[in-house]
Amino acid sequence: MSARAAWRLETLGFTEVFRYKPGKADWLANGLPTTGTEANVPRVSQVIRRDVPTCHLGERVGTVRERVQAAGWDMCLVVTNDNVVLGRLRGKALRASQVAIVDEVMEEGPTTIRPDTLLDDIIPRMQQKRVASIVVTTPDGRLIGVLFRHDAEARLVTSTVQPKGTDGA
Amino acid sequence: MPTTIALDELQKLIQQAAILVDVLPADEYTREHLPGAINIPLKDIGLSTAATLPRDRLIIVYCHDYE
Repeated sequence: MSARAAWRLETLGFTEVFRYKPGKADWLANGLPTTGTEANVPRVSQVIRRDVPTCHLGERVGTVRERVQAAGWDMCLVVTNDNVVLGRLRGKALRASQVAIVDEVMEEGPTTIRPDTLLDDIIPRMQQKRVASIVVTTPDGRLIGVLFRHDAEARLVTSTVQPKGTDGA
Repeated sequence: MPTTIALDELQKLIQQAAILVDVLPADEYTREHLPGAINIPLKDIGLSTAATLPRDRLIIVYCHDYE
């Protein structure tokens, strides 16, 4: 949409037209403020953990496991050189033989969500499917981080608690 | 040809008094938009709206994502 808008403005004679291609989703993903009636609605971007360990195809599981443990995580995401998410290592896969290759044991194509997803929408879905965490990417699949359900639930509780004296009573 | 920019460039241009235009439908703009953005929905961009925009300022357009 913004591409067509930019082109249209150029055809109308504007010579210095720029297109912020990643758009509002990118702005929100970076935790920047917005304006509007839903500006303060809790979103995934506010509770993403961005320090999730990553690894690449071809790496040995033993090497990856050491890195993951050192980082204090129990999960690792398999990404391309461009940071596009290909898979996930956790649980049994992460405990596989140290000489195993990531490609052999990784969980292919984990479900992902976008950072501007409303917590009100995603929490019930995660609860219903008993999902403890979910991968957050840009629309073109690049890793942003991981959303943990307990973080999301805690954030939602915080956002709904009214400070004393503000309930109109 | 319109120049594509990323977040860091966007922030620099905003500081240079560029005009930020949200081209999403009005209801989406009302719900949430970038600070300082004005709303000109894509379908409304034409001769009449162009006349309201200054020609001596940089213009940045955005929508939801990559669209």
